Amino acid sequence: MELTSLSALELGKKIKSGEVGVVEATKASLENIEKYDSTYNCYVTVCKEEALKRAEEVQKLISDDTLTSPLAGVPVGVKDNMCTKGIQTSCGSKMLSNFKPTYTSTAVQKLEDAGAVILGKLNMDEFAMGSTSETSFFGATKNPWNIDRVPGGSSGGSAAAVAAEEAFCTLGSDTGGSIRQPAAFCGVTGLKPTYGAVSRYGLVAYASSLDQIGPMGKNVEDVAEVFSTIMGHDPKDSTSVKQDAKKFVLDNNIKGMKIGIPTNYFRKGLDPEVKESILASAKVLEGMGAVVEEFEMPALDYAIPAYYIIACAEASSNLSRYDGIKYGYSAENFDGLVDLYFKSRSEGFGEEVKRRCLIGAFVLSSGYYDAYYKKALQVKAVIKKSFDDAFEKYDVILTPTAPTTALKMGENLSDPLKMYLGDIYTVSVNLAGLPGLVVPCGFDKEGLPIGMQLIGKPFGEDTLLNAGFAFQSTTDYHTKKPVLKSGKEA
Amino acid sequence: MKITDEMIDYISQLARLELSGEEREKGKEEIGKIIDYMDTLNTLDTTDIEAMSHAFPVKNVFREDVVKPSVDRDIITLNAPQKKEGCFKVPKTVD
Amino acid sequence: MEFETVMGLEVHVELSTKTKIFCSCTTEFGGDPNTHVCEVCTGMPGTLPVLNEQVVEYAIRTGLATNCEITQYNKFDRKNYFYPDLPKAYQVSQLYLPICRNGHIDIEVNGVKKSIGIHEIHMEEDAGKLIHDPWDDCTLVDYNRCGVPLLEIVSEPDFRSGEEVIAYLTKLKQILQYIDVSDCKMEQGSMRADVNLSVRPFGQDEYGTRTEMKNINSFKAIARAIEGERARQIELITEGKKVVQETRRWDDNKGSSFAMRSKENAQDYRYFPEPDLVPIEISDEWIERVRKSLPELPTEKKERYMKEYKLPEYDVDIITGTKALVKIFEEANAVCNNPKEVSNWIMVEVLRLASETNTDPDDISFDPKNLGVLINLVKNGVVNRNTAKEEVLAKMFSDNVEPEQYIKDNNLQMVSDDSLVRDIVTSVIAANPNSIEQYKEGNEKVVKFLMGQSMKQLKGKANPAVVTKVLEEELAKL
Repeated sequence: MELTSLSALELGKKIKSGEVGVVEATKASLENIEKYDSTYNCYVTVCKEEALKRAEEVQKLISDDTLTSPLAGVPVGVKDNMCTKGIQTSCGSKMLSNFKPTYTSTAVQKLEDAGAVILGKLNMDEFAMGSTSETSFFGATKNPWNIDRVPGGSSGGSAAAVAAEEAFCTLGSDTGGSIRQPAAFCGVTGLKPTYGAVSRYGLVAYASSLDQIGPMGKNVEDVAEVFSTIMGHDPKDSTSVKQDAKKFVLDNNIKGMKIGIPTNYFRKGLDPEVKESILASAKVLEGMGAVVEEFEMPALDYAIPAYYIIACAEASSNLSRYDGIKYGYSAENFDGLVDLYFKSRSEGFGEEVKRRCLIGAFVLSSGYYDAYYKKALQVKAVIKKSFDDAFEKYDVILTPTAPTTALKMGENLSDPLKMYLGDIYTVSVNLAGLPGLVVPCGFDKEGLPIGMQLIGKPFGEDTLLNAGFAFQSTTDYHTKKPVLKSGKEA
Repeated sequence: MKITDEMIDYISQLARLELSGEEREKGKEEIGKIIDYMDTLNTLDTTDIEAMSHAFPVKNVFREDVVKPSVDRDIITLNAPQKKEGCFKVPKTVD
Repeated sequence: MEFETVMGLEVHVELSTKTKIFCSCTTEFGGDPNTHVCEVCTGMPGTLPVLNEQVVEYAIRTGLATNCEITQYNKFDRKNYFYPDLPKAYQVSQLYLPICRNGHIDIEVNGVKKSIGIHEIHMEEDAGKLIHDPWDDCTLVDYNRCGVPLLEIVSEPDFRSGEEVIAYLTKLKQILQYIDVSDCKMEQGSMRADVNLSVRPFGQDEYGTRTEMKNINSFKAIARAIEGERARQIELITEGKKVVQETRRWDDNKGSSFAMRSKENAQDYRYFPEPDLVPIEISDEWIERVRKSLPELPTEKKERYMKEYKLPEYDVDIITGTKALVKIFEEANAVCNNPKEVSNWIMVEVLRLASETNTDPDDISFDPKNLGVLINLVKNGVVNRNTAKEEVLAKMFSDNVEPEQYIKDNNLQMVSDDSLVRDIVTSVIAANPNSIEQYKEGNEKVVKFLMGQSMKQLKGKANPAVVTKVLEEELAKL
């Protein structure tokens, strides 16, 4: 068995026992990157020198028992919207293509403190705005299951890197489904934690009230370990919740677990193969003792418009700081200050980012605030309430992750509204601040992965992880691997 | 909603984005369609519902008033496209 | 036609917290450009704000001292606009739920009392500073002031004259200094006022179109700006032209205001709730604790001084008008328990020295207790009153010397020793036979001359009463 086929925790064990060296593991990952990344384009930046140097340091610290984390020595990748000191953090944008942060984000720092070796920075939709990873300034990432397909987005690089074994696990970020949808498209496991569970300090903001960093990996155990490493209160993030990091002891006994299925998610627009696979997965869970029930959640139908209003509004404000003065792209030819603003922003941002900034400016502008932004915040309250009600009855809500399997490259780029509609099953989770776990649950006729989404109560990640762990202990979808193509073969 | 020329010009001015003729026309149409879709929210009655900006009732997160060292200005201005004498340099600004 | 001026004020004060509102950088004034900054206050990607609790405490204090209601559930909002002094391109401020509302400050102009309404007080962050660089004809940006906490105190449009505005600002400054939330130094920009002004014919109910004047940095300039703008608007209206609603800058050197560019006028700030900060909930207990910690405010203090110390109103106004003088008064009086003397010394000597040396009363640096010590030394005959004023106090003022030590070191004690005085007096009598002749002939004027000569010999340190007594005795012997 190849080293890179191991899960993060399996590798961690072998490193701890001395069976595998940290440098050896790091080299194996770097070799895979060298071999496959010209095909899949998962990485924006590969930190080869830094990773090898760090691997040696980590090896010493493991050998003298200073580092004892199960992730010590495990090579990982980080989405390129998390600040890494001295290492380019581009957000997939021309705007930040020359930006080297002067500090490291809390989540990445925690991962490094545990002894994980950062291999590099992963590709993404520009400023995390997109569901295909095609809007990156550094070119599209491709789906390891089929290079004509998108890996999903915006954390497409983070998902594809796990699938292509270019990292043992990765960090992504999720504002409206950006961890979960690519996890589903790439056949990996991904967790969007409860809002506030992981510090956002150092995560370049897209929509501050919705953004959340989370782990992606080969199985639920890896994801649980990474989550347990990066979670916890951070005094630098006022919205991070005052809870300590905890270890998850996974348990596949889900007897009596109440699982709700919102029927209105299974009507029009859902691909029949995806539907079948999700419902079959529900049967699997039922077979293990869970109580599965159908129910209606009509408020969910309003999630997409509310989400896009709030996300665009916050984005338009968050992205105003990119003006060509303090950092990032600065136009070369301009006439005065105002022209510098216009030119730097117009030349530095891509189409989708500009579109969302314009929509955001519109919904907040004088005369429209109440009709759009305020209304969206009211709808958010309605959606939150309907989740609260549902969780009175259910421990977990089971839904599809996306209406289809991975789309063809370019298919959605031409029609932004169509792309937005693809986020139907994921955005409500962000609006309500809830945790969502995606686990592989099947394949379509073309062999593309399907993922199911489990939604939990606030800070109910342990329940989700147990449900996912139980599912993976009786299914093998998560162990299936795509046939990888090196640059030459592709 | 029909996005008029005035509206697209106004919001691109607010967002400090310069749109080419083609971008402007396309923007009007696409944003109009998206806004129309957003208008479907109006079919949900939200009378008497409090706008919710934070999903969880976290409140009173404070920091103590204790000075910590600032960051060296050579570091803060590291990424600045134009700088001079420890300052960010911008085109002449009439104040 | 007679016109009435209607004005409202927006006053920004920098709070005297040690650190900025959302990060732990110092708020200290001065410092080389960009030396009091970090990733947070320069708006680097990925950074987040964390609120300084002291800012909330100071805002509550200010609200209570200005009779406001405290908004027990309040929040921050983002105010979006592009300008190089604002690194995030939004200012974190409070629009929808400001921390204080519906207060008032009582003022008195020419004996007429009036209450000025306070619409609201909100917390926000200051912006950076733009420096024009004439060498490169460009602008340099310094973010040291960026993120310094501000309170914006918004009045109702209750002012009808420049005097009312000045009286309000004076009172506001006193209050803020008393409760220790701001040093209110206009010249350093820690207190700034924007004036909204409109005119209307007397008797008209509706307001006229208003303009906003920004960038006024002294009380005198505010008075001039109000006069100038009032005249400009009346002239426009009498000429049949219209007042345009706009922001204008007052140029105090030119004595006129000019409209800011229309682009800057067309503002749509797109306020929305700041998602990076959580709401602030202020409990009844918190408010009560702050209320109990409030010091005596200027009006109460003035009344007490007049009643308890029987000091003249004019003096009390001056002393209670400046916190620094109150401190000198109270600490000196605690030492010598002689309020009239302390008040006189402050009103005459301390303020004279301040005006001679061009020192703002806030910057007087001697230890106030030493004024009490000095007053006791004069009272106990240790030092001559003139010496105390001319030499000792002056030295205290310039170098904060200890009066007792200084008098000792410089041999300034008053000579009250009869025999020493008698020696000098007899020697003076012996040295001036002509004067003695004239005295014997009945010329009383020479007594003064002899007195002066004796004092001169005694180098001014003698107790004049003793010298007079001895001189009279010696002359009687003749």
